[in-house]
Amino acid sequence: MSSPGNTALRFSEEQAMLLEVAREFCRNKSPIAEVRAQLETQDGFDQALWDEMVLLGWAGIAVPEACGGSGLGIGALIPVVESMGRAMLGTPLISSALAAQLLLRAGNSEQTERLLPAIAGGSPATVALLDNSDWGDETVSLLLDEERILHGSKKFVPDASVARMVVVSVLHQGEVALAIVRADQLNDGAIYPNTLIDQTKRSANVDFSGVLVDENNLITGPKVAEALRDTRLLGALLVAAEATGASAACLDTIVEYLKTRKQFGKLIGSYQALKHPTVDILTAMDSSRSFIYHAATLLEEGVVDADAEIACRMAKAHAVETLLYAGDRAVQFHGGMGFTYECDAQLYIRRAQWSQQQFGDAQHHRKRLAALLLD
Amino acid sequence: MSASDKELKDFRTEVSAWMKENNPANPGFLLPQTFMEVGDERQLEFLREWQHKIWSAGYLGMAWPKKYGGRGVEANFQSIADQEMRRNGVPICFNVIGLGWAGPLINEMGTEEEKAKYLKGILNAEDVWCQGFSEPDHGSDLGNAQLRAVRDGDEYVLNGQKIWTTMGNFAKYMIMLARTNPEAPRKYDGLSYFLSPMLVPGIETRPIRKITGEYGFTETFFTDARIPADCIMGEEGQGWKIAMQTLQYERGAEAGAAGGQSMVRVVVDDMISELRDVQRDGEPVLKDPVVRDQLVKAIMEERAMMLGERRSHIGPLTTDYPGSLPLSNKLRATEMTRRMRQLAINLQGAEGALYVGDDEARQGGFWQRAYFNSFSATIGGGTSQVQANIVAEHILGLPK
Repeated sequence: MSSPGNTALRFSEEQAMLLEVAREFCRNKSPIAEVRAQLETQDGFDQALWDEMVLLGWAGIAVPEACGGSGLGIGALIPVVESMGRAMLGTPLISSALAAQLLLRAGNSEQTERLLPAIAGGSPATVALLDNSDWGDETVSLLLDEERILHGSKKFVPDASVARMVVVSVLHQGEVALAIVRADQLNDGAIYPNTLIDQTKRSANVDFSGVLVDENNLITGPKVAEALRDTRLLGALLVAAEATGASAACLDTIVEYLKTRKQFGKLIGSYQALKHPTVDILTAMDSSRSFIYHAATLLEEGVVDADAEIACRMAKAHAVETLLYAGDRAVQFHGGMGFTYECDAQLYIRRAQWSQQQFGDAQHHRKRLAALLLD
Repeated sequence: MSASDKELKDFRTEVSAWMKENNPANPGFLLPQTFMEVGDERQLEFLREWQHKIWSAGYLGMAWPKKYGGRGVEANFQSIADQEMRRNGVPICFNVIGLGWAGPLINEMGTEEEKAKYLKGILNAEDVWCQGFSEPDHGSDLGNAQLRAVRDGDEYVLNGQKIWTTMGNFAKYMIMLARTNPEAPRKYDGLSYFLSPMLVPGIETRPIRKITGEYGFTETFFTDARIPADCIMGEEGQGWKIAMQTLQYERGAEAGAAGGQSMVRVVVDDMISELRDVQRDGEPVLKDPVVRDQLVKAIMEERAMMLGERRSHIGPLTTDYPGSLPLSNKLRATEMTRRMRQLAINLQGAEGALYVGDDEARQGGFWQRAYFNSFSATIGGGTSQVQANIVAEHILGLPK
């Protein structure tokens, strides 16, 4: 059993500054009208806005200084991602950050020095980790043969159509390895976009068959498995941070309606049947926020140890269930309006379902927490 | 001059050793987990003796002045002593209304005479204190208290009723809110605050039998009861202000408190340890996938509370819905406790149906009793439903 009561929670001045800037930026640049304007676009985000985010340094926050980033670590990314969730702002930031982490944790120095500056400079990247639809099955079946040619495809590759580079988990000589594939290596029609429940997000099934992986773009060895495991946990945490922000935004939407909508001559917010569940959302969102910054604290050194694993899994399990509840109640509390596409509640209930399915759902993480905490 | 790290460390070693050596043996009956559960003389005498012993050893009231029975050292020492009491699982210091509420109040606002008269008896447990705020028709609406106090020469004459008086039947003194001026334009201005004796003709207590079958609170009746006029604290009309100050202490402000642990803290880990030998479907209950999911949820809820406490002190992380963590704390903590205790019984298997008094009951029926008693916290001090209204109105800005 790991130390059962790790409750470390610290927040640096740098993180505080990032949080303030990010919240302000996202609030100003991503009002709900802008979010809606991107729902049916191909890429799901505004390139000019992404360029601004890159100028702010966000694409390189967790990239070492030697590789063109600011070297602040994953903990510093949490306030930014939470703020993006708070404004429902998409962009390939999470995908790119995870690709960078995977390279950083498994690649050699030649690879990180060659590839990470592009990510920090705003060239979108992503990770392709799922061979099937089960986050609990870590079997890798996408084959990289002796000639370094790929055979097979991956599912749910986030931001695949904009990524300039994909870090792919592959099976090579009987071992799990990583292949770095440039977008221009993919065949026409290799990217088959998913129609996602959350229209602010983009992902695709990607067929890598026939791609010849450059020798210097192959990563093998014992660090690969650990890097993959760490990256999945970091992915879970980043989704949790985003879901925490989205829960707060969803709460705003509910509260605003409860304060303005009248029925039976009274503001509906005065009815305890609506008031008390709304308080439940607030307190659950508060816990999500505590969990994500606890995890951020434990990741200060970048190492995903047992306590950090527990923290990431708790954050994911709690934050997505909170958003599921908040989105669900947001629709219900808006009454007939809530059943329409026009009502913003739909954005949150859709985001909730999407978030739940990224990097393992709540049950997936609680099952693994049970082994860490009870055995 | 503040104590050095070494002094504090040495003190911790000393007090920890003392607690280990003096932790009383199991008395053969269930001890109260909180000061609101002192139900009979046997429990009272046990706890009185224990608190007296801690005080005699110098580990209670450490920051209170020496001349009033304290030790006159800095509060750090008391914090360490309290931590070691918890860590070593010793019984509670039961005279909480004296140690934590009345005592700090007298220390801060009392006259020299009041300090000399009351403080030492609070510490050495000779004088049990109770509180007379709630009335039958005025639970949460404290400002509307109706107990009448009429000045008659050098006495006040009391008529009316209080309820939920913790240890009312054992107490020698009561901190009491009474109405001295029913004509005051603002109801608050008609209230006065008394340090009232309990053992006078005309004050009667009737123990309330709780859901657990035990006692701990009383109804308290005042019928032409006469108390000395100098029992008033401050002046007539200042009752509300002093009561609010008392509530600051009651709601957890630690500054000024004499110390001592007021309740046995029960954590999820205690529940899990107790379940290790329970079987379900012929296997350890802790191997059951559904149970595991429930227990992880319970651990997470507890962890979230502890993390929330940490986060509430980090300014930049509390700017979104500010104030929500402290204001929802009572609601969350008490509801969590209630749910956890209910779960603990549920997971005991058929033995979950046993109660205190059955010699096969797990831990003597500890969890069953603890579950029932947990409602004193979800109801007392403002019910969870009232708490939720407060959070909704003050933090979310929802209409009344």
